[in-house]
Amino acid sequence: MPENRIVLRNCEIINPRRISTYLARNGFEALSKAKNMVQDQVIEEIKASGLRGRGGAGFPCGLKWELAKNAQGNEKYVICNADEGEVGTFKDRYILEKDPFTLIEAIAIAGHAIGAKQSYIYLRAEYHYLLDSLLKAIGQTRKRGFLDDFDIDIREGAGAYVCGEESALMDSIEGKRGEVRYRPPFPPTEGLWGKPTIINNVETLMNIPQIVLNGAQWFSQMGTERSKGTKVFSVSGDVKKPGVYELVLGSQLRELVEDLAMAEKVKMVQIGGATGRIIPYNMIETPLSFETILGAGAITVYDESRDTIDIVYKTLEFLAEESCGKCSPCREGTEALVEIMGKFSRGEGESRDIAVLEQLSQAMMLSSLCGLGQAAPTPVMDSLQYFRDAYENRIREKQGGVPV
Amino acid sequence: MNKTPRGISTKSKKQENLLILLKEAQSRHGYLAQELLTELAQSLGISIGEVYGAATFYAFLSTETQGRNVIRICKSLPCFLKNSQIIVDSVEQELGIKPGQTTTDGKFTFQLTNCIGACDKAPAMMINSDVYGDLTPRRISAILKACE
Repeated sequence: MPENRIVLRNCEIINPRRISTYLARNGFEALSKAKNMVQDQVIEEIKASGLRGRGGAGFPCGLKWELAKNAQGNEKYVICNADEGEVGTFKDRYILEKDPFTLIEAIAIAGHAIGAKQSYIYLRAEYHYLLDSLLKAIGQTRKRGFLDDFDIDIREGAGAYVCGEESALMDSIEGKRGEVRYRPPFPPTEGLWGKPTIINNVETLMNIPQIVLNGAQWFSQMGTERSKGTKVFSVSGDVKKPGVYELVLGSQLRELVEDLAMAEKVKMVQIGGATGRIIPYNMIETPLSFETILGAGAITVYDESRDTIDIVYKTLEFLAEESCGKCSPCREGTEALVEIMGKFSRGEGESRDIAVLEQLSQAMMLSSLCGLGQAAPTPVMDSLQYFRDAYENRIREKQGGVPV
Repeated sequence: MNKTPRGISTKSKKQENLLILLKEAQSRHGYLAQELLTELAQSLGISIGEVYGAATFYAFLSTETQGRNVIRICKSLPCFLKNSQIIVDSVEQELGIKPGQTTTDGKFTFQLTNCIGACDKAPAMMINSDVYGDLTPRRISAILKACE
């Protein structure tokens, strides 16, 4: 299947600094259409489309909007999560650079649907260089009268991976340390400053105008049963053509990695970044969907020259650094995983360490407060499942034996 | 950080402005001095612990003096696979400092950082807010020379 550009339909086509080029591509027609619909109609359309969150969790977008719309209170917020910090992800950077107007239109539609007057784009500190063009795009949109009763402000992060997690993100906007909150309550009922809030990933929002214009049925024809539409992937690592690719959900990993990014002699692929899955080459035909493996679409490719233990070790080092420290399973667990992976990396691992890795992983998955701690053991568990011989060889080498 | 978001007064008393004020102060003074944190806590009417907690939580805020140019080389896997170590080595050689250190003339602070979202241009680094991708040791020398 070739690339199918829905989310990226304007990228490299419009001039992101000139709203007129966006208007020439049916820009803001979806917002006008949505404003002529009652809130429930817009939400029904999104629900019927089957659109699910593209930030990794895959929560049904329309349902989130409905919960916020039905929540008590007049003060509600829309937040666009542009804190793209997952290792190997850069798709949102590409979108923000190339097509800020679709995002702005989508945020305004979301505001209308849930009855919010204020929204925020939470932009990661590393993307500060995009601030100016985003502000200009918002300014041009306001000048054209599309934001008459609605405000979009940008809040910048200050360098924290965990702030991509929605509750930490809200704490950060409130000016605090970006620590994860206990849930429930969930943001659609009690979010930013305790008010009903929807938080959507950049890519999720990018789908909204096209769904409103073309209808839910048009959208839901694409994809698999529980994964509708397309997905934008960021491909990097051992590939000839790293970059951003958009494919219909359900497409094979092989198409992305070998056909489009032109990888050769692949050993394994990490899907979804540091907390994502690691799968061996013999599973390259796996379809990419919520039913199988997806995450936020970070695809890091490793060729046969790479060492599995080192990759997992470096991944865990990242997670230990970025743990917010609020809950002990994650704070202490990630450190302990780093320690044990370090032993294997130095050739000092022992058989009993494998059992400890497995036990600790189970405990972290069950008891961590948010996705970071719950998914941090994933690279350990996957590598133990698919590359167990890498661990066992290290142990054998230590004992002076010959690796198998 | 030249811009203050609309509607935010630096004299505002709300905690929601804390992060914005910290970032502003850092861009003005280069780092967040103890006295500044104390003043900020008093003017916002919140505890010093709350202010210090936020100031030390975020990687882009610093409570220690920093060079005029902060170099952040990405150490995450996509850059690692593209041999980011030789970029680290060349910066060390050019500047004569290790990660975490500042040059004696106060021109550069050198750090290693987590994924900066430039994996398609790996190996990559940031100097202040600018991103430099597809780095080679040869380019490092020219890039550093161009810094004020």
